Amino acid sequence: MTRPALLTRGLSKSFGSLVVARDIAISLPVGARYALIGPNGAGKTTLINLMTGMLAPDAGRIFLGDDDITNFDPRERVRRGLARTFQINTLFPGLTPLEAVTLAVCERRGISREFWRNIASHREAIDEAHDILSRLRLAEECYRPTRELPYGRQRLLEIALALATRPKVLLLDEPAAGVPPEESGEIFEVVAGLSDDLTLLFIEHDMHVVFRFASHIIVLVGGAIYTEGTPAEISAHPGVREVYLGTRRHG
Amino acid sequence: MASAVATTASSPQAYLRSLARWKPIEIAFWLATLLPFALVPNYLSLASQIAIAGLFALSLDLILGYAGIVSLGHAAFFGIGAYTAGIISKYGWGEPISGLMASAALAGLVGWTTSFIIARFRHLALIMLTLGFGLLLAELANSMSWLTGGVDGLQGIHTWDLLGLFHFDLYGFTAYAYSLTVLFILFIVARRLINSPFGLALRGIRENWIRMPAIGAPSRAHIRAIYTIAAAMAGTAGALLAQTTETVSLDSLSFERSAELLVMLVLGGAGRLYGGLVGAIIFMVARDQFSGTTPQYWYFWIGVLLVAVVTLLPNGILGGLSNIAARWRKT
Repeated sequence: MTRPALLTRGLSKSFGSLVVARDIAISLPVGARYALIGPNGAGKTTLINLMTGMLAPDAGRIFLGDDDITNFDPRERVRRGLARTFQINTLFPGLTPLEAVTLAVCERRGISREFWRNIASHREAIDEAHDILSRLRLAEECYRPTRELPYGRQRLLEIALALATRPKVLLLDEPAAGVPPEESGEIFEVVAGLSDDLTLLFIEHDMHVVFRFASHIIVLVGGAIYTEGTPAEISAHPGVREVYLGTRRHG
Repeated sequence: MASAVATTASSPQAYLRSLARWKPIEIAFWLATLLPFALVPNYLSLASQIAIAGLFALSLDLILGYAGIVSLGHAAFFGIGAYTAGIISKYGWGEPISGLMASAALAGLVGWTTSFIIARFRHLALIMLTLGFGLLLAELANSMSWLTGGVDGLQGIHTWDLLGLFHFDLYGFTAYAYSLTVLFILFIVARRLINSPFGLALRGIRENWIRMPAIGAPSRAHIRAIYTIAAAMAGTAGALLAQTTETVSLDSLSFERSAELLVMLVLGGAGRLYGGLVGAIIFMVARDQFSGTTPQYWYFWIGVLLVAVVTLLPNGILGGLSNIAARWRKT
C-alpha cells in the first residue's frame, strides 16, 4: 500500500461562528482523478485554500506524500509539488502566455534571480514552457498578450501555469467556470489527457462532466464531507440526490 | 519592427530575443542626446540636469513600472546620494567617480534596509510608508544641520576634475558629458535587467501579485532586490546633481521632489524605460520655459498637462505614441 499523494486529517476552519471546514479527512491516491462537489457555500474553494496554504487551518494536518506541510507557506508547498488553479482567472494580463509560463518555469528552475543574461538565452526553460503550451493547445496564441485571449483559452492558461511548477498534485478550482457548455468539454479533455502520474482533484458543478471524468467523488455540504464514493455510488445515493442533484443548478 | 517579427517568429526563443533587440528608434534617441553639445551649447547645464532627472525617473520606473511599487518617497535615496557626495567632497575628497560609487552604495544600503518593510505591503499602505520614510529623512537632514547645513544648504563642495583631466566648467560641458555617460551606462544596466529572468519576474509581480506565490515565486525577495537597486540608482542621480552643481539643499530630499518625479514618469509612461527619460525632458524644459515667463503659475501648466495625459493617454506619452505607431503599421 503506497502512501496517498495528498492526505488531510481533521482539517477545520471557522470564521467566527461560521464553520467553513469541519473535520475534513481526504486521501488522494497517486494518479487519482477525484471530483469535489457540493452546493454553493459548501466550502469547496475554502478547502483548496486550506490545502494550498492560502488559509491557515484552526486544526488538522495536511500531508503531501510523506511530508507534513501544514506549517509551510504557499510558495513552499508549490515547490514541493502541490499546485492549484483559480476559479476566477488569476493570470498575468499584460504578459503573453509564453512569457507567463516561462516565468513559472524559471521560478521552478531557480533561475529567476538571474538579472544579467537575457531571458532568450535560457533555451531549455523557454522550450519547456512552449511544450506545456502546445500540450494545452495554446501554442498558436502564445505570442498575444493574455488579456486579448478568448476566455476559454485563458482558462487553459490557468492550467498551463500550474503545470509549469511540475506538480505532483494539482487542485483545479472549477477549471471550466464561465465557459459555455460546448467549450467546457475541450477543457476537460485536456485535463483528462494529463499525465497519469499527476494526482488531480477538481471542483465542478456540471454533473455530466463530473460523472464522465472523475473516478471518485467527494460531496461537501456545510463545510463537512457528506459522503464520498464512485460515480455509481454517488448517483445512487438518496441523500445526495436530495441535497445536490435534486435541485437544478445554474452556473 | 519588433511586433511584426513577433507574429512570424520561427521559434519561441527567437521571439523573446526579438523583444530585447535594440530598435532603430532607440539608437536615434541616444544619438539625439548628443545634439545639445552642438545645437544649444548655452543650455548644457540644463541638459545635465535633465539627464540627472532622467536617471532618477529611470530608477523609479524600475520599481513602479516593472514591479508595481508606487513610491512617494523616492527622493529619500536621491537626497542620501546628494548629501553623501556633497559631504565627502566638503571634507576633502572631491574625486567624482569614487564619490558617485560611495553615494550609490550608501543609498543602496538604506534601500536594502527599508526594503524588508516595503516588501511586506502593497497599495495605499505602501504609498504611505514610502511617504513616511521620505518625510522622516527630510526632517532628519533638517535637524542635523551641523552635517547638512540645514535650510542654508550644504556649502563648500568642490568637485575635482573628472578623471583628473576635465574641469567642471561654467558652461556645463563636462557636467553634461559626465551625467549623460553615467545615465547611459545605468540605462544599459536597467535594460539588461528587465530583459532577464529577474525582469520577467518583476513584471509578474506587477501583473498579478496574488498569482506569484501560486507559481512558487519569492515575490518579496524579488522586491527587496529591485528596491535596493533602484535606491542605489536614485542615490547615483543625487550624487551627480551634488557634484555637478556643487550645492545640496534640503529640497533634494523633499516630498515635492518625490512628487515631481512621479509626475515625470507618469507623463512619459511607466514601464517602458524611456518613459522617465522623455518625461524628464518635457518636465524640465517646460519648467525652464514657463518659470521664465510666469514663475508663479508654472505648476498650473504642469497640472493641465498631467490631467490631459492621464485622461487621454493612460500609458503616458510614450504609450500613446506606440499605440499610434501600432495603428499606423496595421493600416
